[in-house]
Amino acid sequence: MNLLKFTQKIKPSFEKGGKFGWLHSTFDAFESFLFVPATVTKSGAHIRDCMDLKRVMSVVIVALMPAMLFGMWNVGDQHALAFGLTDMGFWGKFWYGFLRVLPLIIVSYVVGLGIEFTSAQLRGHEVNEGYLVSGMLIPMIMPVDVPLWILAVGVAFAVIIGKEVFGGTGMNIWNPALLARAFVFFAYPSHISGDKVWISGLTDNASAVVDGFSGATPLAQATSNIATPDFLQMFIGNIPGSIGETSTIAILLGAVLLIWTGVASWKIMVSCVAGALFVGLIANSLAPEGSYAAYPVWNHLVMGGFAFGAVFMATDPVTSAQTECGKWIYGFFVGALAIIIRLFNPGYAEGMMLAILFMNTAAPLIDHYVVEANIKRRMKPAKK
Amino acid sequence: MLQHIRLNRGLDIPLKGVAVATVSKTVTPDTIALKPTDFKALVPKLLVKEGEAVKAGTLLFCDKKRPEIGFASPCSGTVEAIVRGDRRKLLEVRIKADKTTDYIHFQIPDIKAISKEDVIRLLLESGLWPVIKQRPFGIVASPKDEPKAIFISGFNSAPLAADLNFILKDEADYLQVAVDMLTKLTKGSVHIGLSNEDYAASPLYKIKGAQLHIFDGPHPAGNVGIQIANVSPIKKGEIVWTVDAVNLAAIGKLFKKGVVDMSRLVAVAGPRVEKPCYVKALPGVAIKEFLPFIMEGEAEIYGQKVANRIISGDVLSGTKVSQEGFLGYYDTLVSVISEGNYCETFGWAKLFRPKKFSLSRSYFSWLTPSKRYNADANLNGGVRAFVVTGLYEKVLPMDIYPVFLLKAILAENIEEMERLGIFEVVEEDLALCEYVCPSKIDVQEIVAKGIDIMIKDME
Repeated sequence: MNLLKFTQKIKPSFEKGGKFGWLHSTFDAFESFLFVPATVTKSGAHIRDCMDLKRVMSVVIVALMPAMLFGMWNVGDQHALAFGLTDMGFWGKFWYGFLRVLPLIIVSYVVGLGIEFTSAQLRGHEVNEGYLVSGMLIPMIMPVDVPLWILAVGVAFAVIIGKEVFGGTGMNIWNPALLARAFVFFAYPSHISGDKVWISGLTDNASAVVDGFSGATPLAQATSNIATPDFLQMFIGNIPGSIGETSTIAILLGAVLLIWTGVASWKIMVSCVAGALFVGLIANSLAPEGSYAAYPVWNHLVMGGFAFGAVFMATDPVTSAQTECGKWIYGFFVGALAIIIRLFNPGYAEGMMLAILFMNTAAPLIDHYVVEANIKRRMKPAKK
Repeated sequence: MLQHIRLNRGLDIPLKGVAVATVSKTVTPDTIALKPTDFKALVPKLLVKEGEAVKAGTLLFCDKKRPEIGFASPCSGTVEAIVRGDRRKLLEVRIKADKTTDYIHFQIPDIKAISKEDVIRLLLESGLWPVIKQRPFGIVASPKDEPKAIFISGFNSAPLAADLNFILKDEADYLQVAVDMLTKLTKGSVHIGLSNEDYAASPLYKIKGAQLHIFDGPHPAGNVGIQIANVSPIKKGEIVWTVDAVNLAAIGKLFKKGVVDMSRLVAVAGPRVEKPCYVKALPGVAIKEFLPFIMEGEAEIYGQKVANRIISGDVLSGTKVSQEGFLGYYDTLVSVISEGNYCETFGWAKLFRPKKFSLSRSYFSWLTPSKRYNADANLNGGVRAFVVTGLYEKVLPMDIYPVFLLKAILAENIEEMERLGIFEVVEEDLALCEYVCPSKIDVQEIVAKGIDIMIKDME
């Protein structure tokens, strides 16, 4: 039977007063997922561009795919390295990683969308598509060995406290995915830091590891002045780290798509790198040789979550600055703060997460001053 | 004096059915309706009774708050019906038209030596005054004001809009007279905006006594509000008047011939028009006069039947009218598109959507820049909160922050609205923002609400 006819046939029972009327939002979400609805314009612009939020979100999902696929392979690759499984082939590694990562994605979506659907239902709203992206981002910024229940709690915190209490997608102050990570980081620090959590299987089975394999991320190595992998290896990304953040090249592929389609702001990405280089180069030139601050700044751009944060997190349109001029300022401070935190707070290796969350908080302030400057200029009496 | 202004921001939406430069019909109107709802914030006071005989130039109703401003009948005949809506709100004054138009003849003094007071008096007496609108707010101007300047847009840039060079080609003399009269009404000057593409062919290009500005850029470059913002933005307390070029010719005819002659060419265009062309008509003519040009029956989109949607005005800011409806007072275009009440399976998820145009590069209409599209009234998505940023700015060549303005309006914060630029905009200026919005927010409705709040606050 034709899917459209079937949907239209069962639709009445989901409408107000129907048998399943209480599931109205849920039905609506699935219907509009399958079909662009037959809603028409009332007045004003009688025609509308065929770009909608679902499309915007799906572009971001597609942009995340290279990093996600690489991350799955890398999970397998790091596992093989740690346990000396030299006979594990390319597909073997990918399959291993896929099986490790898939439960994280499923838990993230089931918990997150479950809360979104319930809250939409309670308020009688349409279900918003914002979580489609957050739900993919959250597993990508988690260590692969994070227990599923912790992930679930983190997701619930991010969706309820980070988003729904503010009124849902478009109203939130902080990036929900980063909020999930921050929650896990502060509530369960042992599960998201240290050297063991980044490699699948290492936490439970530390004794079987190949001699000399530490599992430390390059960022942790750099902090404690241990030699890090070279720039190229970190750029390609076969290093320990959160699932999706390791490969700068895969992230850049996503960045190209985001910029090309105009979904994410290139201004934020560029100024973020500029801010990091600015602070890093100053530190490099002033720091005594051999200290962490002297560690070449360009390595910072390919280590840890910097690239992933700059491309996918800082550019979230809802929580970043909204004025074009504000985006330059916002991005610059994200990059600068991330490096400052990394260099001057050695107890805490990764600065990107806190830098973005802090600048999320400051973004409305930046916008305020940009808009005020515009108002001041326009309010000036005309030149005679 | 020529001033070139380049506008980079904006968007031309390529629709099928552009009107061909031929006049296919002269409407001998049967019924004409003057609608008080065409004039923003107007509270009308009726001046005629059903069955009364009127001439072209007889005042049908006036502004209750400014009774000196009357609205003239564009034709002669008898008042056939006075249509009221909820709470007896006056909706239409319908005139059954005579076969030949009988004009009121006004005594025009020598136009070379005419005084400002006489110009105003004649425009008011003849009921032609409402063709002059004021900024801020886009309401009918007040004869007591002396505007900073008067702006006239000499080209239309909206999708499918009538080509002013074509419809005004025989009106050059009248346009000159009208500009001469208008210069008396302002302490500043009369500004005329022309398109970089064809300004030399415009009958307004040779006008004397006005400042010409040449605009180079996509829609909304032809909107008078955009032109004002880029020539001399409106500050708080300033008043600027605007007259559209077609009604400018009507002012010229009043002072040259002494009659209210509002006949003009109206374009019939759009993907659901059989032979897009021009029709000679009057403001307020019945839409049924245009039906012979419109495709009958229903269009088929994705296997589903959809009806026609007739719009008085352009597809971005016009008014939906029924087949029994009437053309708007200021409109020179009847657009016909399809309704959008169809479902598109996996629409948003398709890689290609060749039947639809989009500004976004995530679809591929940017690969076919010369292709024209069948537009329809589907919303193409669900209504959401503001999410994407920077998109409105891409299609609005003005020095304001539209999203911040809209949020101030939604919060009904009058002081913020003033500071963020409510004086500079009317609905049509932000129509493209509404078109591109991926959250499907009714931008123009919000702007209209903001203007209503401002008008109420000023009273």
